[in-house]
Amino acid sequence: MTRPRGLRASGLLGALLAAAVIASACGSSSGNGGTGGGGTSANGGGGSALGTPPEQNAPVLTKIGKGEGQLNIVAWEGYAQPEWVKPFEQATGCVVNAKYAGSSSEMVQLMSSAGSQYDLVSASGDADLRLIYGGYVRPINIGLMPNWKNFLPFLKTPPFNTINGRHYGISYEFGPNVLLYSKKAFPSGPPTSWSVIYSNKYKGEVTVPNNPIQIADAALYLSKSRPSLGITDPYELTQPQFNAAVNLLKAEHPLIAKYWDLASQEISLFQSGTTVVGAAWPYQTNTLVADHVAVGDTIPQEGATGWADTWMLGTHAAHPNCAYMWMRWVTTPKVQAEEADYFGETPANHLACPIMNSIAAGSCTAYHENAPLSYFQTIKFWKTPLATCDNGKNDCVPFSQWVSAWTQITG
Amino acid sequence: MGVRLDADHGIAVPTGGAGLARLSTALWRRAWLRASLLLGPPLAWFLVIYLASLVVMLVTAFWTVNPFTNQFVHSFTLTNFRQLFTGTYLTIIWRTVLMAAIVTVTDAVVAFPFAYYMARVAGGRTRRLLFVAVLLPLWASYLARVYSWIAILQKGGALDWLTRHVGLGAAQVAYTNTAMWIVFSYIWLPFMVVPIYGALERIPDSLIEASGDLGGRSWHTVCRVILPLALPGVVAGSIFTFSLTLGDFITPVLIGGPSSNFIGNVIYDNVGTANNLPFAAALAVVPIVIMIVYLVVARAFGAFEAA
Repeated sequence: MTRPRGLRASGLLGALLAAAVIASACGSSSGNGGTGGGGTSANGGGGSALGTPPEQNAPVLTKIGKGEGQLNIVAWEGYAQPEWVKPFEQATGCVVNAKYAGSSSEMVQLMSSAGSQYDLVSASGDADLRLIYGGYVRPINIGLMPNWKNFLPFLKTPPFNTINGRHYGISYEFGPNVLLYSKKAFPSGPPTSWSVIYSNKYKGEVTVPNNPIQIADAALYLSKSRPSLGITDPYELTQPQFNAAVNLLKAEHPLIAKYWDLASQEISLFQSGTTVVGAAWPYQTNTLVADHVAVGDTIPQEGATGWADTWMLGTHAAHPNCAYMWMRWVTTPKVQAEEADYFGETPANHLACPIMNSIAAGSCTAYHENAPLSYFQTIKFWKTPLATCDNGKNDCVPFSQWVSAWTQITG
Repeated sequence: MGVRLDADHGIAVPTGGAGLARLSTALWRRAWLRASLLLGPPLAWFLVIYLASLVVMLVTAFWTVNPFTNQFVHSFTLTNFRQLFTGTYLTIIWRTVLMAAIVTVTDAVVAFPFAYYMARVAGGRTRRLLFVAVLLPLWASYLARVYSWIAILQKGGALDWLTRHVGLGAAQVAYTNTAMWIVFSYIWLPFMVVPIYGALERIPDSLIEASGDLGGRSWHTVCRVILPLALPGVVAGSIFTFSLTLGDFITPVLIGGPSSNFIGNVIYDNVGTANNLPFAAALAVVPIVIMIVYLVVARAFGAFEAA
């Protein structure tokens, strides 16, 4: 799924711009035949039971050897910046060839295509399981990652990249989807519940991301406000639970001023005062606060959803030594802090905190790097909604249906 | 053909002149060879890049994707097309077509008097100035123009400021379908002005004088002489405005409201987010069919004689 946040949005903008050119030229009826990918219409189903990942017993490196001179990576835009790529190339002799992907599905597509030449992918939680169970990535030897022990505890062996004790890559950076509010509309302090974005009180002044994964946010709220539904995991919804979340979002539709596609749109909506409350990333809050707009963000009592990215090793990686060196390099405190500052997200390595502050004063706290564990426990990280749920029954609604339901919600 | 440096003069002169002359003669003798050499590459380009991709897309529309393996299921099914005819997608298709139609009518109404003035009233210098004025926005980025409209239409924007100061109250037009209508009508206007201008300019003065001589009043002359003769230009312009609006998905993203999805947006979501290319391909067939119908009707109005 697309995560057009912060700088990643520029990727979308590029696509928009390219499409604008096409549209201007001939009134495009777009359709580029060829590529395939995950997600489908109602039929097809989740199919195979998950079972064991195909590469579970693939051998791992026991020590990092000489670099192969090249490294091919699939990354989010902003994940291979010269600030940390150049020093890496100089130190290791591994020349980095980065291919930017616009969405999680594109990442899966790139890694799964026959003869994939990519060594690493900076996959998000919603793509991880597809990569692991598709056999497109293989386990790594976490013992070769010295900074791993400095990770925030919940990112050491998270369920989205660690299966049966095997690490399919190493966590990188993450961020929560927070509740952004105008301090003018909430003078007595932050709202304590997500109910404000479903409340008539702020009709026409609410904004949420234009993203099917928003259904999980509704499900998370329902898990607390309507316990009778029995929602335990917002990404594993049975049909009745899913319907309840979709109905909540349909009822929310008249309250929405705009479903935002780009982080810059939400920033503009709050700057102009068009909206007073909405779902956001810390990036928007920090940009608005830096611009002296009276806003704040909070994780309400129900908790929040969030994303977490992992560098994963391709099954057919031709440059494993360079790949291991890259994973070591990008988990060092300095690169972690630079990435956090550049992208607007939170490092997995807690030692990045002082460096973040030296880059931008107060940014460690602003991005919650030093928050207590209880804060992180409130975040439910993205994962791919699959038909096969943990309850052992294949009765959950797969992601493809999330997308078509989202089209119905936004009309 | 080789090139050799002339030692005496330091200039390059072609060698192998005899062979070249033979080739030239051969080509001159065989017109078919010359024609196929000239037309072959562009024709191949057209067949491979244009038609082949279209055919691949159409074939894809009859497949599905296995959500877990990410692979196409290569079995013929009409599922995607059946899904098109369900409530939400019909609403979106209808919204897109309706917007395209309204924008086309708006542009025709605005562009006609403007083009008339340019073609038949204004002098050479004014005409050139007006041409520049019409085409000037096309030199700026599409995105920049849409963003400037957001600045005008949003809360606290220029329009809001104006209506407050003249006592009309707050105006918050941004993020609505009205805003989309305004922006579309603005950005596609040049595509309507230019063809109408072309059609109007070509009307012989003598016809208009004849109408006057025969007792036709000015309104009569407009309705019975000028409009029918300019109609192919209007229809040609409408093909641009209609198809450009029909295929757009950026303006809905940037300035549309909560219920502003276009066909293009749903295609984008299915390709980019769901990676459900077959359904996106099925959706892409819709504007193609609509445009074929539109072009057949436009042809009946003589749009293709205006060029």
